[in-house]
Amino acid sequence: MALMGFDVARWRPGPLLPGSDARDGSLIFVVAVLTFLAVATAITGLAADRAARGWTAQLNHSATVVVRPSAGETPDGAAAKAADALAGVKGVAEARALEKEKAEALLKPWLGDTSILADLPVPRLVTLDLDPKAPASLASLTAKLKEQGIDATVDDHRLWIADIERGARVARWSMLGVFVLISAAAAAVIAFATRAGLAARRDVVEVLHLSGASSGFTAGLFQWRFARMAALAGLFGGAGAAILGALARMAGGGAGLTPVLPVAWIDLAAAIPAPFVAAIVAALAARAAALSLVREMA
Amino acid sequence: MRYGRAPEVLNNINFQLMPGSFHFVTGASGAGKSSLLKMIYLAHRASRGRVSLFGRDISTVPGRDLPFLRRRIGVVFQEFRLLDHLSAFDNVALPLRIAGKKANDYRQDVAELLRWVGLGERMQAEPPTLSGGEKQRLAIARAVINRPDVLLADEPTGNVDPAMSLRILRLFVELNRMGTTILIASHDEDLVANSGRPVLHLDSGRLIALGDAQGNLHGEAG
Ligand SMILES: Nc1ncnc2c1ncn2[C@@H]1O[C@H](COP(=O)(O)OP(=O)(O)OP(=O)(O)O)[C@@H](O)[C@H]1O
Ligand SMILES: [Mg+2]
Repeated sequence: MALMGFDVARWRPGPLLPGSDARDGSLIFVVAVLTFLAVATAITGLAADRAARGWTAQLNHSATVVVRPSAGETPDGAAAKAADALAGVKGVAEARALEKEKAEALLKPWLGDTSILADLPVPRLVTLDLDPKAPASLASLTAKLKEQGIDATVDDHRLWIADIERGARVARWSMLGVFVLISAAAAAVIAFATRAGLAARRDVVEVLHLSGASSGFTAGLFQWRFARMAALAGLFGGAGAAILGALARMAGGGAGLTPVLPVAWIDLAAAIPAPFVAAIVAALAARAAALSLVREMA
Repeated sequence: MRYGRAPEVLNNINFQLMPGSFHFVTGASGAGKSSLLKMIYLAHRASRGRVSLFGRDISTVPGRDLPFLRRRIGVVFQEFRLLDHLSAFDNVALPLRIAGKKANDYRQDVAELLRWVGLGERMQAEPPTLSGGEKQRLAIARAVINRPDVLLADEPTGNVDPAMSLRILRLFVELNRMGTTILIASHDEDLVANSGRPVLHLDSGRLIALGDAQGNLHGEAG
């Protein structure tokens, strides 16, 4: 039999753990999928949060005043008077009386033919842009109108804002809940697979143990092996979710998804910790499993 | 000692091996030879009684010190327990790596020992490709490479021819001369007789001392 030359001087120690087996492939797949779901949830959550913030900011910085003309006044005259009065209130950036046409246009969707309104004293609207830094309060606006003897109601969108904020809160907590659940599932899968992987190499662990390897030494071998595997899976899953987020960002420019789910490029950074977190979870699970296996042998 | 909840497989065992001594353990199959060795190489605890190693009562040794005791014991397992994914060379180097030695300090020793046990041409072979006798010689090489203070060998000549068996005995004698305490479990009556060494005879888990072993017997374990 021909012998391959073996050069003792060039020998390098081989890996103490056997190479990867079929199980490793499915572990990487499952962890990658779970990481993908976790990161996608995080990106969606961040975008939803941004959407809610945007809406409340818009509503916070504006108010609508419904002006009812008193006897002897034209609706437009009353609106103009109210706009003038409100423009002087501190915290109001701009006050505009909506013209008749605009007011009617707002009613059209509900009434259809607005010609019937011609003779009716249709209330006029005054829209206010508030100073975003120190918006005028509802009370100060109402007081000013009263002082000027104008019959009007101010709507500072408080009800809407409260609704949106409540909705955003629910969305935020449920996203967080889903994220935590998926992450916990990923961690459990990693821990489970690590345990199975270790049990399959029990014979190796036993030989190392009986040859005087400390439990920390043996645990370290498995720790690194599984950390590397989970990092790879986390990289795949995180990158997949980031690519999906990038597609949503590019597809949604202006219209489409953007107003509902305004994904920002920065949100994609949620994928960055994925490989590291997966690796840390795997390392801890592998360490715990290896230590308990070695403890069984002692 | 006992396995799980099964009845005790060893009892009434009471002996002491002096440092530098050389004993055989004999007995019928199932008498408890391997079990006795397992207790000494710290793979199994005694269910009662006391086991002392290197002057220390094992039950009082803290867990973190046990690996260091194990490194002073070389074991030839009855079923070899070679690592199938590693080459013969790597298998022999294993105890040295675990002990934290540097490859450059031991690679020539490993090669020399492999040549000595007749595996000079099979250094790169993985254990599954070796014959029974080759595996046995590899297991012996791994057990002695780190110059253990105590060598425990379970049927170390069960798979080799008489010539190789004598050669292995000579290796053990050589190690013993350099100070290694040796305990060999064996069925090989010729080998035991040839060696002229004292014999601990087990009968159904009980120790019946034979030959000139009496002088050294002390201590107890169950
Ligand atoms: N892992 C185990 N679990 C349960 N019982 C065991 C185990 N190993 C050995 N035994 C039992 O312990 C007793 C002693 O076995 P042991 O292996 O020590 O015998 P032995 O003298 O080495 O035999 P042999 O010459 O066949 O190797 C036997 O009755 C055996 O069935
Ligand atoms: Mg046996």
